[in-house]
Amino acid sequence: MAELFLELFSEEIPSGMQARAADDLGSLLTKALDGLNPRDLRTFFGARRIAAVLNIDAEIPARSVSERGPREGAPEKALEGFTRKHGVTPADLTQENGFWILNKSLDPVSAESRVSEAVPDLLWKFPWPKSMRWGAGSNFTWVRPLRRIACLLDGHVVPFALARDGDDAHGLKASNLSEGHRFLAPGAFEILSASQWQDELETRSVIVDMDSRRDMVRTGVARLAEQHGITVVQDDGLVDEVCGLVEYPVPLVGKIDAAFMDLPAEVMQVSMRINQRYFALRNPDGKAAPYFAFIGNLPFKDGGKLTTAGNERVLRARFADARHFWDLDRKTKLADRVPALAAVTFHAKLGTQAERAERISKLAGTVAQAMGLDGAQIAQAERAGLLAKADLTTGMVGEFPELQGVMGGYYAAHDGEDEAVSRAVAEHYLPRGQSDDTAKAPVSVAVALADRLDLLAGFFAIGELPSGSGDPYALRRAALGIIRTIRNNGLRLDLTALFAQAANGRAEGELAKLPDFMAERLRVQLRSEGERHDVLAAILTHGLDGDLVRLLARTSALSDMIQTEDGRNLLAAAKRAANILRIEDKKDGPHTGAPDPALYTQDEERALAAGLDQAVPAIETALKEERFTDAMQAIAALRPTLDRFFEAVTVNAPEPEVRANRLKLLARFRATTALIADFGQIEG
Amino acid sequence: MSATRPLCFQDLILRLHQFWSEKGCAILQPYDTELGAGTLSPHTTLRALGPKPWAAAYVQPCRRPSDGRYGENPNRLQHYYQYQVLLKPTPEDSQQLLLDSYRAIGIDPELHDIRFVEDDWENPTIGAWGLGWEVWCDGMEVSQFTYFQQVGGIPTVMPSTELTYGLERLAMYVQGVENVYDLDFNGRGLTYGDVFLRAEQDYSRHNFELADTQMLLTHFNDAERESMRLSEAGVAQPAYDQCLKASHLFNLLDARGVISVSERASYIGRVRALAKAACDAWLAGEETSHG
Repeated sequence: MAELFLELFSEEIPSGMQARAADDLGSLLTKALDGLNPRDLRTFFGARRIAAVLNIDAEIPARSVSERGPREGAPEKALEGFTRKHGVTPADLTQENGFWILNKSLDPVSAESRVSEAVPDLLWKFPWPKSMRWGAGSNFTWVRPLRRIACLLDGHVVPFALARDGDDAHGLKASNLSEGHRFLAPGAFEILSASQWQDELETRSVIVDMDSRRDMVRTGVARLAEQHGITVVQDDGLVDEVCGLVEYPVPLVGKIDAAFMDLPAEVMQVSMRINQRYFALRNPDGKAAPYFAFIGNLPFKDGGKLTTAGNERVLRARFADARHFWDLDRKTKLADRVPALAAVTFHAKLGTQAERAERISKLAGTVAQAMGLDGAQIAQAERAGLLAKADLTTGMVGEFPELQGVMGGYYAAHDGEDEAVSRAVAEHYLPRGQSDDTAKAPVSVAVALADRLDLLAGFFAIGELPSGSGDPYALRRAALGIIRTIRNNGLRLDLTALFAQAANGRAEGELAKLPDFMAERLRVQLRSEGERHDVLAAILTHGLDGDLVRLLARTSALSDMIQTEDGRNLLAAAKRAANILRIEDKKDGPHTGAPDPALYTQDEERALAAGLDQAVPAIETALKEERFTDAMQAIAALRPTLDRFFEAVTVNAPEPEVRANRLKLLARFRATTALIADFGQIEG
Repeated sequence: MSATRPLCFQDLILRLHQFWSEKGCAILQPYDTELGAGTLSPHTTLRALGPKPWAAAYVQPCRRPSDGRYGENPNRLQHYYQYQVLLKPTPEDSQQLLLDSYRAIGIDPELHDIRFVEDDWENPTIGAWGLGWEVWCDGMEVSQFTYFQQVGGIPTVMPSTELTYGLERLAMYVQGVENVYDLDFNGRGLTYGDVFLRAEQDYSRHNFELADTQMLLTHFNDAERESMRLSEAGVAQPAYDQCLKASHLFNLLDARGVISVSERASYIGRVRALAKAACDAWLAGEETSHG
């Protein structure tokens, strides 16, 4: 066994690419060195390097392989070609099963030789998402210029160079050299082993283990916050990003000038995060604290005084810019910005944002009406729909697109719009993501739904559907937003009718596919919640019920029912009946029409017929009155009758009329179950 | 850090000139037409093409008509200076050279937090892109660092290192000043505002309110036609001049708000076509001169 160490030391790698690159390095090495039984893989990554350490066998042992050549009777030329290719003579071949066979014994291959052959190839083909050329003309590319390759097998350099086919590949070749911190420990050092490398890097102010860096950032920032009696706004994405920017994380805290503390908290936070990669801090009361935390790249000689002052100054400039937009934007009323939306194209085939605002406004009114809101609220929904996109023309949203909606809400409030209107403008983008809450205030809900209904109807009408992983207009997210908003608020709406309103008389494109698309999103959502998607599929056989609340109540009643003993057995009986019918129908079916009571020969038949007579109206009434549990109970109650029927009755009776009559009875039972769901779709 | 007085604006430029001169760069003078960025100067754009080595540094006044703020914003200007360095081929120690230049103007990387933050640079109007970084000093972007991969839609056969310093920002940083107009310009009491405030006010009015859009449109069309004609005649730099003029006229039209979102892309495409033609003409001439 030998320890293989490989480090690729380069100029600064984009933070977001490092983890993936280290993973790729590990898996590519493992694959390339397959014959050496690679194991115990560990990978490392940071601002200027990716590295992998693994154990491999000392050699690929000697082994024999056989190569099949031409047929025995093949022309001379074929045999010549085969022997030439392998550098042997016909005397080295044997004959087996009518073919010429070469049994080769392969010499053992040392790990060193395998590695030196495999690694250059792997580096030439390394899958960076975006890579570059540099220097005087080599075509060897890397994410940024690659400066050193360290490759050691048990502490000894594995000799190889990247040069090939007349390309010097920047003269890069394997060495035992690495570098520490750019500023604190310039220059190279010798690597002896992976563990010595890691230790030496730490002495040279590079924390090469990502988890350790994360830990330094998290605990460091939390400690600083605590000293000021405040807390950190958790942001794991930001922690990861800054850990990819620094080799030695040093958390520091700066002060926010009191003059800016009246800016909206969202503006401050986005500016700090997006522009500066600063952590936002909160007072115990949840309000923004007048501090920010940031991560330096080295323990500064002066304890960070100068850099803190510098960062504070930068933030003042950022906030001054934000204030400029904040003040300027508020000089124009949001309502007066609506006409300017005519200059903003929404989509070439779907018109401008002004046209979209009109559509959303109208639709928001329709939705509000369908929700049963009062006249004032309907008017508010229409107003908010009209204003919803107007903040796209503000300077602040131009600068920080992620503040769309939020800014509209502030500006609407500043203009003196109704509270419900400004709230709806702010909240209509909710939910922005899976973890986000949905809108709750009725007017906000109406606008949120209208926005998405218009989006989906529009893109389906022009045939722009999501495909595979591609969903450029985030239609899946929009559909899910509708589903979640309706469920969280228990809204009794007819989605089918609302989509028809959104389509506005159009029927072109792929609009007909919209219900299936919604059903599919619902299925995916339920599955992610751990619900049985097959149960939903069984219910959806009836088509998407536009009333999602009703649909889901029915699904969950069915789901509960099939978990009871009676339910399970009923399900089995239903499947059995369906199977028999499928087989017999193929022979001389279908067997439709009402069974003839005169042809019943056994009590079990009569009992089943009577049970169905009783169950059908009960189920129908219960379904109509949305008493789904009652409907399920009505069908589950048939179980003992069915069990007895199948125990005692031979469906395929010798007398043809009796057989046909029994099949009709079974068909009636199947039709009864179909009132509830397509039981055939349910697994188990 | 030394206790000496921080550099005034003009001394900052002189130090950079001194530094890059010692590193073997030709110190050139600003290009004499309106440019949106130092990159657009033919000293960078055209020289980045082809197989001939090149090393030059120069100050370039940049015009960004939409960034005018009537002299009221402490950080934004419609006219400002970039210090531009082009090194071809890319030196092994490109990053180190940049850091040494910071030391030369009084920024000590052991006291300040210098970072190389990913930046995929792209300039669609001249069909150029490259990979590199924004270089941050204590959280502020003070330079742009790009390894050119393509210019004028043509892959760079010999990639170059492009370093662009935002001079006002850098000076504000070095001097600890929060308003650009307060910058010490010459160390003898003259401020940046004394030199430029009136111009910022007047140009802001010009860019946003006064420029004659009909005239600008006519000039744009003229420049476009002339640029193409000159490219076809094989005179690359004059053709490129007209492309630069068209680009600036487009920026003015944009600032006047007469270009709709859908038209924007088409204008950019038209300027890019001019840049590409001029770049092609330049390369053709280079090959001829090689024999």
